[in-house]
Amino acid sequence: MSETDNDLRELYQDMILDHGKRPRNFHVIDPADCEAVGHNPLCGDKLVLFLRVGEDGRIADAAFQGTGCAISVASASMMTEMLKGKTAAEAKKLWAYFEAVCKSNATPADMTEGLAEDDIDRLQALSGVRHYPVRVKCATLAWRTLESALDPKAVKKVATE
Amino acid sequence: MAGLELKKDFPVFGQKIHGHPLVYLDSGASAQKPRHVIDALTRFYETDYANIHRGVHDLSMRATDAYDKARGVVQKFIGAAHEDEIIFTKGATESINLVAATWGRENLREGDEVVLTQLEHHANIVPWQMLRAQTGCVLRVVPIQPNGDVLLEAVLAALNAKTKLVSVAHVSNALGTVLPVEEIIKAAHDKGIPVLLDGSQAVSHRSVDVQKLDADFYVFSGHKIYGPTGIGVLYGKRAILRDMPPYQGGGDMIASVTFEEAIYQEPPMRFEAGTPPIAQVVGLAAALAYVSSIGMDKIAAHEDALLAYATQVIGEMKGVRLIGTAPRKAGILSFVMDGIHPHDIGTILDSHGIAIRAGHHCAQPAMEALGLAATVRASLGLYNDEADINALAVGLFKVQGIFG
Repeated sequence: MSETDNDLRELYQDMILDHGKRPRNFHVIDPADCEAVGHNPLCGDKLVLFLRVGEDGRIADAAFQGTGCAISVASASMMTEMLKGKTAAEAKKLWAYFEAVCKSNATPADMTEGLAEDDIDRLQALSGVRHYPVRVKCATLAWRTLESALDPKAVKKVATE
Repeated sequence: MAGLELKKDFPVFGQKIHGHPLVYLDSGASAQKPRHVIDALTRFYETDYANIHRGVHDLSMRATDAYDKARGVVQKFIGAAHEDEIIFTKGATESINLVAATWGRENLREGDEVVLTQLEHHANIVPWQMLRAQTGCVLRVVPIQPNGDVLLEAVLAALNAKTKLVSVAHVSNALGTVLPVEEIIKAAHDKGIPVLLDGSQAVSHRSVDVQKLDADFYVFSGHKIYGPTGIGVLYGKRAILRDMPPYQGGGDMIASVTFEEAIYQEPPMRFEAGTPPIAQVVGLAAALAYVSSIGMDKIAAHEDALLAYATQVIGEMKGVRLIGTAPRKAGILSFVMDGIHPHDIGTILDSHGIAIRAGHHCAQPAMEALGLAATVRASLGLYNDEADINALAVGLFKVQGIFG
């Protein structure tokens, strides 16, 4: 099997295809405490992220709507699963780690400190995009949208370009 | 059906992509370059290059000669009556912006209407929106049919006493629809309305004669017809160009300058301020000479037969839906696949050496009208053959295999 075939298999592994086809938390939360729209101008893909925050300050519920490729839908689906029960700071830490694995094989050990093993596995599953630079923005669209949803000052619309 | 067997003229096909022979089906975005054009550019830079219209030295005279001759090559290629009706721009986008910024600013007032169709490329939408912001003119949009066709009746229905310009694609870049431009121009002229045709997706596929069409403006880009990037053409009828104010100010577009005033050159120089893309103009002339040596009619017949073959082979695949099935089409096969996003298709095809475009093709209003965010677009060039279409079909089966 060629390197290209391996890369392709790594990108489109079962977990991604499953989340891409049957996204979890694919609905509206109304009313939501935070809402943000993500947009990928290159392909016209759009994503709306909804968050409900509990009294303890943790994310009580996360869901999304929109259209996108298997990579962006799977990423959003897995992200909303991971977010439940996290504080904003913990969510940002996951994003920092994911951003790093999308860029490089070698991730600094201290970035995984305090992250659940299950979350690391999910984010690693998406890391195959690093062989496909143009697809990184598909994988990170949901996370960039989250970043803007969590920033009270930001305009709640984010583009990946 | 025999191909034209022209891949040998294009050095790019001498390589493998991810271990596979290159199957290039993205000429609608930009066409590959034949050896003929690459050599012409190299030769020009190595032997004849200097600035034009300035020097008394030998190189400058040679460069000026090559640049001026290229204008005549373009004139003959599109059947213009006069050489001075050909203006060199940096691309079709700049050509339309030039018309909007000069002719448009001069002739459009609040409430005047510009007629476009729903399938226009963003380059034939946004310049008019910018003009609308400046003049208060109105954009009237002709709807497309579900099969991507533009009906003459729909265009006629959009024309009225306030219409000042009809600006439409000759061939749709997203769907391949060939618009009924002869009839549109005739109907518009009956009402005294000038017509601009965006020929970006037409000139590489069809023999175009601007006089027979009676187009008032015709625009296209060099890179889509096997020439360099950074060079495009604006054709305008002489009488219209002569009344148009300049686009940009600078060197080469003036007859004389004092601090009190500048006297502008006649067209085409009036619209070519500054040092132009000299080598690119020479490269464009080489590209037009290349396609002319094959023959535009022969290219059109080959591509039409190949498009019919692709329409049949890809259109009959289970889980594939063709987008844009107008009766008259050129060079473009757009489609979607059940449950699989075009970007995923694009990535998987690329891993097999197949280059297509996935997305909205800079025609978001057309995509929206058809209820789609994106399609896969396979676009043909003179080098494509049946084997390329077969490779695409095999690639699509592999896509379906992965997505099961």
